[in-house]
Amino acid sequence: MSRKLMKGNDALAEAAVRAGCRFFGGYPITPQSEILEYLSWRLPEVDGTFVQAESELSGVNMVYGAAAAGFRAMTSSSGPGYSLLQEGISYIASAELPAVFVNVQRYGSGLGDIFQAQSDYWQATRGGGHGDYRMLVFAPASAQESVDLIALAFDKADEYRNPTMILSDASIAQMMEPVALPEMHEHDPNADWAVRGKQGGEFKRVTSTMYYIDDFDTYIKNKYDTMAENEQRWESVQVEDADLILVAYGISSRICKEAVESARSQGIKLGLLRPITLWPFPVKAFAEINPEVKAFLSVELSSLPKMEEDVKLACGMKAPVETFLGGANIPESSAIVERAVSILKEQR
Amino acid sequence: MSEKRIPKLLVEPNKFCPGCGHGIINRVVAEVLEEMGLAEQTVGSLAVGCACLMMDTFGADWIQAPHGRAAAVAVGVKRVRPECCVFTYQGDGDSMAIGFSETMYAAIRNENITAILVNNGIFGMTGGQMAPTSLPGQRTTTSPKGRDAELTGQPLNMVNQMKQLPIGYLARGAVSSAKDINKLKKYIKSAIETQMNGGGYSMVEVLSPCPTNWKMNMETSISHIENTVKDIFPVGEFVKNGERIDA
Amino acid sequence: MAQSEKKNVCMTQNHDVCKGCGYCILQCPKDALSFSEKVNLKGYNIVELDQDKCIQCGICYTVCPDYVFERVEVS
Repeated sequence: MSRKLMKGNDALAEAAVRAGCRFFGGYPITPQSEILEYLSWRLPEVDGTFVQAESELSGVNMVYGAAAAGFRAMTSSSGPGYSLLQEGISYIASAELPAVFVNVQRYGSGLGDIFQAQSDYWQATRGGGHGDYRMLVFAPASAQESVDLIALAFDKADEYRNPTMILSDASIAQMMEPVALPEMHEHDPNADWAVRGKQGGEFKRVTSTMYYIDDFDTYIKNKYDTMAENEQRWESVQVEDADLILVAYGISSRICKEAVESARSQGIKLGLLRPITLWPFPVKAFAEINPEVKAFLSVELSSLPKMEEDVKLACGMKAPVETFLGGANIPESSAIVERAVSILKEQR
Repeated sequence: MSEKRIPKLLVEPNKFCPGCGHGIINRVVAEVLEEMGLAEQTVGSLAVGCACLMMDTFGADWIQAPHGRAAAVAVGVKRVRPECCVFTYQGDGDSMAIGFSETMYAAIRNENITAILVNNGIFGMTGGQMAPTSLPGQRTTTSPKGRDAELTGQPLNMVNQMKQLPIGYLARGAVSSAKDINKLKKYIKSAIETQMNGGGYSMVEVLSPCPTNWKMNMETSISHIENTVKDIFPVGEFVKNGERIDA
Repeated sequence: MAQSEKKNVCMTQNHDVCKGCGYCILQCPKDALSFSEKVNLKGYNIVELDQDKCIQCGICYTVCPDYVFERVEVS
């Protein structure tokens, strides 16, 4: 397959189109505005619809309408804009509709700043919107993975009739990398649940399915338990014999890969567990690791330890879990190795 | 003389309060859709408010929109399924308070949808709070001494907001007499025709009573609309076939 | 002779759905409608039509928010 040099945002946008996405309604915000800009000319080329909405509030509700009508629909945002989507996401999940959401993370609460961060981990994995729902959260670590995971996000959204999410960040979105793009997939919007007028049949109500399902509590718990059981994805690097295992996703996982390589060349046995789904968190990955592991180091580009909690839960606290908090700064791999070494010293 | 039968779209008795105007408006919309042969290809975008009560009783495809967002949801549907008749059915709180931006932008972009905005000057479903369309001096649960226009602004006239925009059709009707209801039906028909002919955005605002929260009986409710509300919110057609037609 | 016997239609009523709002009474040009003592299953005092006064104009159909009335052909 031939490869093309593309910016992460552009690659994700092109891959969404090739996955059959035919509706985008959203609003500009750095660092994801290129997704809008790309789709503004690309979607009309494939008879799709692009709307720059007056706000993210409006955009997410347009996505709700297009998804209810059976079309593959998505929006993307960041920071404060992504917060505005939460009510709409809750409605879409409640109505059991497919749609894809992309958060290209920027740093900080409030207005924050425009560079990369991993501060939205809790918002992504703990709900964000109100009520009993969850979303599959995919974390790409490269432009190519953005391409691969957006197609998966659309497929899984349809499979489970639930919104899914790509949690990316400014650096993955802005970097230029060679990508191999898949073939164009045309999606059939005429599912039997899609609204398009009664067409001689019964009228359809797109609203919270809780109003119409008996023993809804059991039903909805089963739905998300099934996802949690079947959709865990991860990558492991040299975890079978590692003394200390780094846990990192997205951009920080790339630095950690370099840290593992550099450490191993110095005789320090580091390993890396890279979650590709953040929800469900890949607890199954922890069965493959060195049973004698001495410590875990969660490497996160945030100011507060977030994924650390999930690492602690997943490893059953069999070994101490610490966090390398990058905050506003992407760390050097040497800093990670240094921290790992000091943790290992304390363990002796 | 011809028959007058309840439209088949009205699949169950409605759930509105006694004397609520929604029941009449529901019927008028259903009549228009059936007479125009659109019942099988209509998708409605439903507000949060008393309008929610229509979902099980008005038998067209419905999407329950979040509060205020019905216009955006309708745009999402119409853009991907332009062959459908897509309308919003909203109260004044939904369309003019929390949804003001979405409502206006559908008009600003001249989206090919029909918005039906029911103006009863109050937030009905939640127990009678002040609405953007509440009149100065009107007592509501959040303006217990009467609406103070100095503090809260004048009643919002959506027709005035929209009539400067290049849209397809704009009218305000009422349900306060048989004559008004018959005129309303013509307005709604013109609005839907505008949409199906690709003529751009259409909006019909409807003056409607809320006897429960106005704390009035039917007679005083109707008289309130005829003698007071219509002075603030004049009825008539304002834009037709994309042209201003009011004086 | 009742007026309805001259015409081909008459007004019918579905008392079950009446909510006793009285709008039809206010609008009827012939005072053919009035509140009855009877109460339907929903608990509302229903409105009753005097067929002798009725001219089948259909205004009650037009104003009723609950679809109590229909105008139907009679043989």
